[in-house]
Amino acid sequence: MEQQYIDFYKEYHTLIKQHSAALMNNFRDAAFEKFERLGFPTSKLENYKYTDMSAPLSIEYGLNINRLQFQINPYDVFKCDVPAIHSYLFFVLNDTFYPVNSTAKQHLPEGVIIESLRTAAETYPQLVEKYLGKLSNEKDDGWIAFNETFAQDGFFMYIPKNVQLSKPVQLINIMRSDVDFMANSHNLIILEEGAKAQLLVCDHTMDHVHFFANRLTEVFAGKNSVYEHYKLENTNVLNTNVSNLLIHQEDSSNVLTNVISLHNGVTRNNIEMLIDGENCESLLCGMVIGDKNQDVDNFTEIVHKKPNSQSRELFKYVLDDTSKGAFAGKIQVAKNAQKTSSFQTNKNILLSKTAKMRTKPQLEIYADDVKCSHGATIGQLDEAAKFYMQSRGISESEARLLLMFAFTADVMDNIRINALKDRMKLLVEKRLRGELSRCEGCMIC
Amino acid sequence: MSEDIINQVTQGEYKYGFTTDIDTEVIPMGLNEEIVRLISAKKNEPEWLLDFRIKSYRHWLTMKMPTWAHLEIPPIDFQNISYYAAPRKKSPKSLEEVDPEVLKTFDKLGIPLEEQKALSGMAVDAVMDSISVKTTFKENLAELGIIFCSFSEAVQHHPDLVQKYMGSVVPYTDNFFATLNSAVFSDGSFVYIPKGVRCPMELSTYFRINASNTGQFERTLIVADEDSYVSYLEGCTAPMRDENQLHAAIVEIIALKNAEVKYSTVQNWYPGDKEGKGGIYNFVTKRGICKGENSKISWTQVETGSAITWKYPSCILQGDNSSAEFYSVAVTNHFQQADTGTKMIHLGKNTRSHILSKGISAGFGQNSYRGLVRVSKNADNARNFSQCDSLLLGDKCGAHTFPYMDVNNDTAIVEHEATTSKISEEQIFYCNQRGISTEDAVGLIVNGYAREVINKLPMEFAVEAQKLLQITLEGSVG
Amino acid sequence: MLEIKNLHASINGKEILKGVNLTIQAGEIHAIMGPNGAGKSTLAWVLSGNPAVEVTHGEINFNGKNLLEMSPEDRSREGIFLSFQYPVEIPGVSMVNFMRTAVNEQRKYKNLEPLSAADFLRLMREKKELVEMDNKLTSRSVNEGFSGGEKKRNEIFQMAMLEPKLAILDETDSGLDIDALRIVANGVNKLKRPDNAALVITHYQRLLDYIIPDFVHVFYDGRIVKTGDKNLALELEEKGYDWIKKEVETPIEQ
Repeated sequence: MEQQYIDFYKEYHTLIKQHSAALMNNFRDAAFEKFERLGFPTSKLENYKYTDMSAPLSIEYGLNINRLQFQINPYDVFKCDVPAIHSYLFFVLNDTFYPVNSTAKQHLPEGVIIESLRTAAETYPQLVEKYLGKLSNEKDDGWIAFNETFAQDGFFMYIPKNVQLSKPVQLINIMRSDVDFMANSHNLIILEEGAKAQLLVCDHTMDHVHFFANRLTEVFAGKNSVYEHYKLENTNVLNTNVSNLLIHQEDSSNVLTNVISLHNGVTRNNIEMLIDGENCESLLCGMVIGDKNQDVDNFTEIVHKKPNSQSRELFKYVLDDTSKGAFAGKIQVAKNAQKTSSFQTNKNILLSKTAKMRTKPQLEIYADDVKCSHGATIGQLDEAAKFYMQSRGISESEARLLLMFAFTADVMDNIRINALKDRMKLLVEKRLRGELSRCEGCMIC
Repeated sequence: MSEDIINQVTQGEYKYGFTTDIDTEVIPMGLNEEIVRLISAKKNEPEWLLDFRIKSYRHWLTMKMPTWAHLEIPPIDFQNISYYAAPRKKSPKSLEEVDPEVLKTFDKLGIPLEEQKALSGMAVDAVMDSISVKTTFKENLAELGIIFCSFSEAVQHHPDLVQKYMGSVVPYTDNFFATLNSAVFSDGSFVYIPKGVRCPMELSTYFRINASNTGQFERTLIVADEDSYVSYLEGCTAPMRDENQLHAAIVEIIALKNAEVKYSTVQNWYPGDKEGKGGIYNFVTKRGICKGENSKISWTQVETGSAITWKYPSCILQGDNSSAEFYSVAVTNHFQQADTGTKMIHLGKNTRSHILSKGISAGFGQNSYRGLVRVSKNADNARNFSQCDSLLLGDKCGAHTFPYMDVNNDTAIVEHEATTSKISEEQIFYCNQRGISTEDAVGLIVNGYAREVINKLPMEFAVEAQKLLQITLEGSVG
Repeated sequence: MLEIKNLHASINGKEILKGVNLTIQAGEIHAIMGPNGAGKSTLAWVLSGNPAVEVTHGEINFNGKNLLEMSPEDRSREGIFLSFQYPVEIPGVSMVNFMRTAVNEQRKYKNLEPLSAADFLRLMREKKELVEMDNKLTSRSVNEGFSGGEKKRNEIFQMAMLEPKLAILDETDSGLDIDALRIVANGVNKLKRPDNAALVITHYQRLLDYIIPDFVHVFYDGRIVKTGDKNLALELEEKGYDWIKKEVETPIEQ
């Protein structure tokens, strides 16, 4: 499977580089060599035990290395239907940052840069060079290597010192193609000291073909910065998403990550929060509602490198039909990271006989003065609670719904944008009722 | 907590490190098909068993040593080990024929082989290096139809039972070390409890490595027929030697309908010295199958010895309504490493499993819990509860947990909890203020921490285990 | 019995005690009162030998011995008992086992034979009645899952078991309702003998309604700034601590 991409790169690497930025090309050949060595991760690898990508990878996808523009303006086509959400809105069309229209741009506070990564790398090379690839190049992961080999663009956000965005930034990844299509993009997010930003990333598809998205996002949260990263996956079963989210935290930074998968085909999220400062707070949440033959694998890692920080992790899965869920949560506490406190919870509900859940919480602790725990459960809805509700006249189906909704509520409570939280609650409720819960911008869900 | 206190409390000495000077027959070092045949010939084995060994050996040649465990295993030269060593006086008929040095050795270990001296209510099979030297109370047990003898004897006298069950739980292809054992195993214990019999005494095997440059590869097979019960204990020690010695054993348990087997281990192989030199490499495959309805298997282990421990006593819950338990205390001190845990494979309906693991790390010790709970498609109403706690003494050690939960049935309830803690300065000071020395305080706290598991051991073993915990951790508070 | 001379001590390099002088004779009850952060508890830590506190200057003599040279456990065996403000939970260690170890360690120190199991249990029963302690509590792990009041009562029970020469009660009244307070105070009073002494550290006067002190010391900014009889406690209750602060700080300003 790898071979066609290897051959492709060998043949077209000049062209790929020509349509990207020098800073991205700097590590492209090294990434390619790494990919040649590693290949696509298969379920034989311990960390990919539960991710089987052989079916999506057997499809032949088109790649847009010539950066041909699509003839649509997403600002016209796409109306986000989160009511009352006021956001700075940006699009990545397939793998290309869509040029910002004037209305979105002019309201950004001074010094804030939101731009195509390719353009930013050319316009602000010193700034970009300091960060780009600093987290991802260290990784020995086939998907990251593949991304760095082929990604030519992505989303770039820079928040200068002490600037606090009052509105969330919304990034919509739109997939649009007439043929089966693959997109690789590399995102870079930088928060300087004392900066604050919220980013909402939505994945959407506009066509009924097979899509494969491989997104790599690097986040640098400087001292005392506050960063919130929300990811909403609401696409369709023909879609495959591979995402690597790498977050680096400095002293006293506060980072919240919340990944919610409502609809998709196959999803693999790798999330790493590297706590490389003292007195940091990290909160990593996620939720999966799976049905049909959806397959979602969240592979998470929280690394405490320095003392006196706190992390919390919370993941919930509700799985129906023949859907499959996997969760891995590794908490690593380095030798000198004393006074770390880290708590992890993973709870899962199986609604059908054919649904599957595999969970692997892990603690790797090398410091002694720490408070760490994890808890994981796989089970069903509380029958006693259901009966209690029925005895008060609530129908069984409604009781089930209420319980499932309650089960996921604490993940949604960790959405700190009120309009988004309300909208998410509505989407989740619809989703749990089995109704279409798509956003209006999407053609098919 | 200050370094000094840490050091004071964890510098305990290994008490069983002496060697016995006896005439030992050791076959040449190295491993090849001839050696496998030689071992089989020495034991006068039937053709089918030799075939089994050869088949295993050939399969082993195709395998690689596993690397997934959280262990740093130095390369092992399998050609630099002797695979068979035996005290020269073979299969003594009575106690008088046993080499007095051997008797003395076991006396010194607190395992008297004279029945009149023996602990009441416990029958012992004593294994030194590759062979069983004596099984006590064999005749008394035979009256109830219980077979308790060395594995070699069972091969000679009860070949049907051995052939039927050997390799049925741990197939010869199972894993690198099990396959090696299947090729070269020397001796071990065999237990058969007939239908409806409750074994009236604890059965116990005591393993002793004595010879140098040898590996120990024993095999234990326990079959509990319908409606029977047995409690089985295993103890082990080895001399202090600078070299690392390999121990790769297999234990198989079969519990038929309504049968119950309790298997308890106090593992105290030589752990190496304070600098991490020497010690036993302990790579053991232990697995039981709850084959019949309502059967029950319970593993209890106190792991204090070995330089490296790689061990996952597991249960296959095949019979409906069967249940399994795993209780473990594992201590790593100095440079010891342990990667231990269990697998609970739920196949039958209404099956229950319970896992309680308590890890204690001190010095530079690395302690990992690794466990798998799998609920298969047809295992309706399976229940599992797992709890894994880690206690850290000092800031140079590590504690890790790697639980895997794999659930394929929507009526299952699987729960896992894990915590990591340390002995706090406040706790030590509180004890000090009540006149209890730091060393005793650590002993109290560690034994309190491990109490739930120790309570599962038979009485004599529990007392032994408590002392062992304290000794193992002497000089290591943190 | 106890003589503290010009004691200075610090925690994490910060000086907390700045020259404490105090003498306690057998048979006396001393109360130390003072605002939060004055260093009252630090004094209790120093006397019991908590390694978190570093003594930088001064002497403490206890029955003719240099207390500062002793390990915490030897101080305990010599008869110093601290009732902790926050008693520590020790999971898995039963109260019975804990107390038996403590009592027998003390006996060993005094060259006495350890108590037999029967004698020990008899002693436990007797002392439990003294502090009206529930039987359930002694069968549980040390302080684990105890309510605040149960923990404090457990401290007094341990004090009864160990029969100290000098009992230091650090905020033993905090978090107690009036009944618990009465029980705790009763326990202390019943254990009072001419050959032992008590040092009661408290923020409020109400405990001193039950345990009548011979001396009341006011602690402020790491020192004893005023000493009086039990009426001083009443005065403090009425007027608060501000007037003390003023009195202490005024001379410095001049």
